[in-house]
Amino acid sequence: MVGTRSENRPDDEGIAMKFSKLIAFALLIMPVLAAAEARAQAGPATIRGTGDLGLVIERASGSLQVIETSQRTALGRVEGLGDLSHASAVYSRDGRYAYIFGRDGGLSKVDLLARRLVKRVVQSGNSIGGAISQDGRLVAVSNYKPGGVKVFDAGSLDLVANIPAQASDGSGLSKVVGLADAPGQRFVFSLYDAGEIWVADFSDPADYKLRKYPNIGELPYDGLITDDGRYYIAGLFGEDGMAMLDLWRPELGVRRILDGYGRGEEKLPVYKMPHLEGWARAGEVIFLPAVGRHEVLIVEPGSWREVGRIPVHGQPIFAVARPDGRQVWVNFAHPRNDTVQVIDVPSMKIVHEFKPGKAVLHLEFTPRGEQVWISVRDADRVDVYDTESFQRLTTMPAKKPSGIFLTARANRIGL
Amino acid sequence: MNSRMPPWAAKALVAVSLTASLANTAWAGGSISAQRQQELLYLLQQDCGSCHGLTLKGGLGSPLLPINLADKPDAALVEVIMQGLPGTPMPPWRFLLEEKEAAWLVRALKTGQTMKVSP
Repeated sequence: MVGTRSENRPDDEGIAMKFSKLIAFALLIMPVLAAAEARAQAGPATIRGTGDLGLVIERASGSLQVIETSQRTALGRVEGLGDLSHASAVYSRDGRYAYIFGRDGGLSKVDLLARRLVKRVVQSGNSIGGAISQDGRLVAVSNYKPGGVKVFDAGSLDLVANIPAQASDGSGLSKVVGLADAPGQRFVFSLYDAGEIWVADFSDPADYKLRKYPNIGELPYDGLITDDGRYYIAGLFGEDGMAMLDLWRPELGVRRILDGYGRGEEKLPVYKMPHLEGWARAGEVIFLPAVGRHEVLIVEPGSWREVGRIPVHGQPIFAVARPDGRQVWVNFAHPRNDTVQVIDVPSMKIVHEFKPGKAVLHLEFTPRGEQVWISVRDADRVDVYDTESFQRLTTMPAKKPSGIFLTARANRIGL
Repeated sequence: MNSRMPPWAAKALVAVSLTASLANTAWAGGSISAQRQQELLYLLQQDCGSCHGLTLKGGLGSPLLPINLADKPDAALVEVIMQGLPGTPMPPWRFLLEEKEAAWLVRALKTGQTMKVSP
């Protein structure tokens, strides 16, 4: 609408007059609005691709910044996205639209080129993350309250399916975590309270098929899928190990891996849950953040045996491989979250350590890994580093930045 | 006052507010400096908020709005903050907070003062 609500509180005699003025004003600017709308639909004046675009979540202000990694600049801000604590994003396959999953249950579709909010639905009371299907037509959201997964049409954001996460033992609805896409139009996710992994096959969205794996262990807190889409792994907060499902051989069921990696020792207090989505496959091994330990675990995929561990500065949150797999960058939980360490993969040694500032929340590499973008929440800054020289290339202001998501994710399984 | 609030909770809230105003000096911070109070509120919003939500409506952790806490004794809540809740991801904060700071946070949570922090 045109006017603001508060500007028109006329007394009785003034109403007719003001109202007619308002109408005249509306008629006057209607063509202007229509033209603006047409421009927004046609996209920006300059034609550009989306391959070097991305977004930075500004968690406390319900906004995001659209950024580009060629000139390393911020292009603009999109607002009105709700509570973005712990927000994450996935991309449409053309890299133009981002789907943002907010804590308040909001699912927002943002046009990166036009830099505007296309649509927003508040689809639950409390949500934690989401995924986009292999064919890009479906967007799934995992919810805490009410516990379950909702699946939406990626174009219209109309609801396609609602999957309540009813625990198999009848104990009620469970919070859902670790939602990932898998080949074959599948979504895989974990039931936090119930200790289950479910696989939903959406080959036919009108008649989706659920396969449930109960008793996978206590309190799965996050999940990851390997970049080939084969293995789904859930981290278990309540147990000393992880749960693994081979999606190429689902009949084998969920198996326990890395059992007893904490060697039965008491965990350190965990002030922030590790994120498995930032897991790293580098060379022949996978790097995983250990829960409640100042260690990164090195695991051999396939056998899922631990082949080593690297002592690090604090409890790791993200352990992310540079796209070529030569380095793994690690950030840490509160109160040691001012530091980033770089592991050199061939030598398995920490080759660089630096302190970007308090509350380093996320790291994201450019598609070929020459830059890494780092959000420093308490400094209200996003920093960009060269990954060979470790020099800071640039910095830009951002309001309490958290997740950084580049459009290259559009083309990767599980992201 | 929230019209959907059950009467017992409303009573508890009134009681809490009364206690709070009576113990105004303690609430105003006592030996906790104004700067530290801001730090505590920031910690609450940003770090507790990772699990309990920026607006404290809950997430992996329980909601921490006044209505959720009204019937829980202060001492029990301080104990949870300091010792954590074994078997859940709630960690013991005694390594990072003093008991009087936890008590101050409990008062802030119960009286809804937490939202006054400037982000």
